[in-house]
Amino acid sequence: MATPVNVYGPAMSTAVSRVLACLLEKNVDFQLISVNMAKGEHKKPEYLKIQPFGQVPAFEDEDISLFESRSICRYICEKYADQGNKGLYGTNPLAKASIDQWLEAEGQSFSPPSSALVFQLAFAPRMKIKQDQVAIKQNEEKLSKVLDVYEKRLGETQFLAGDEFSLADLSHLPNAQYLVNATDRGELFTSRENVGRWWDEISSRDSWKKVVGMQQQKSA
Amino acid sequence: MQILPNNQLLGATVALALVAISAAYIYCTSKPKAIKVHGVLLSTATQRVLATLYEKELEFELVPVDMEAREHKKKPFLSLNPFGQIPAFEDRDLKLFESRAINKYISHKHADKGTRLESGDMKQKAIIGVWMEVEAHQFDPAASKLTWELALKPVFGKGTPDKAVVEENEAKLAKVLDIYESRLAQSKYLAGESFSLADLHHLPTIQYLLATQVKKLFDSRPHVNAWVADITARPAWCKVLALQKH
Repeated sequence: MATPVNVYGPAMSTAVSRVLACLLEKNVDFQLISVNMAKGEHKKPEYLKIQPFGQVPAFEDEDISLFESRSICRYICEKYADQGNKGLYGTNPLAKASIDQWLEAEGQSFSPPSSALVFQLAFAPRMKIKQDQVAIKQNEEKLSKVLDVYEKRLGETQFLAGDEFSLADLSHLPNAQYLVNATDRGELFTSRENVGRWWDEISSRDSWKKVVGMQQQKSA
Repeated sequence: MQILPNNQLLGATVALALVAISAAYIYCTSKPKAIKVHGVLLSTATQRVLATLYEKELEFELVPVDMEAREHKKKPFLSLNPFGQIPAFEDRDLKLFESRAINKYISHKHADKGTRLESGDMKQKAIIGVWMEVEAHQFDPAASKLTWELALKPVFGKGTPDKAVVEENEAKLAKVLDIYESRLAQSKYLAGESFSLADLHHLPTIQYLLATQVKKLFDSRPHVNAWVADITARPAWCKVLALQKH
């Protein structure tokens, strides 16, 4: 049996959970190694060696040490191409190009406003930080515009990059999970017919249910 | 014995040769290019794609988009990029948007042409991938805001730089560049000893920032400074800059 890979960081981190979802889709054994962020462990020299920006996740296997969740996911898909969900990163260059396109759309257009909303609406209250109502309104407007584009796209194809579930869809799971289940802005997704249908499909995958289970365990 | 063709035959041969050469020239220069980039020269994202095309020595057509007339927010442009942003890219029937995805596609499809931008084994490609994400998520957010405030706002007559935004993002960029300084002390380029897409993606914003007060952030860090000097001097990048002079 192959040595399990190491993922550093808490399951409740959106970026960490992105990597966990990918590992589960690809049936790759892993160990989740905790990083005590409340005690600033992610800013200490030991950790900075594997993630110089002091963020989670970091990733190690027997060959390599990596960071940035989307690049970790791409590596997992390349290295373990023949196991688990084989089409996750496309099985030909055209499919891959479309997946990369929608992964960039997620990273550049969906992630900034959705991350801001997740922080303001789901985390700030828990951390006793005052919410910024202006930021909430601005980011809600931005996210709505992005989801309007998704609504049209998902009326044309089953998933974002085509008719198969891919890394591009997976990359949206962490932020959308918080918005739909831990804030009162879930209707951004559920009020749009195609986006709502897409959210139901991707969030009910076994791999994602396992990740959510891990998140709930840790916060018990 | 007559060893030279007579004048008439010579004249006809030369005329035919000239017609053939002219036809070939017209065919080559006016033949529709398989690769089209829809965008504008001022746009950092458009430049990011053009830099890659020049590195790969590929022919392309730059199709200007009339942004003042909001062409990018209407059909038919929206069928190329539903987010209404430039650039959009075509390679025969294939349509793509998002400059970084376009560049990955070009690098992969034409791996053996021009500069190798994603070279090496799976491990090396993964490291290039990490630093491409670093550019996209750590460097670009702060660098783009500074580019807008200090370099582009004046050009578009959109007012004076917002001091608070500039201060906040200079501080963020400084922290990122500290990490780049350590990294570039270990290797010549971000992902190792060879120039890659990870370095290339930085060129458009760096070029703008060198003409602003932000230049000092690059100058004051010796390894970053050397890296900036190296990548901005690349012939392919100089070709992108030359386009703006026409």
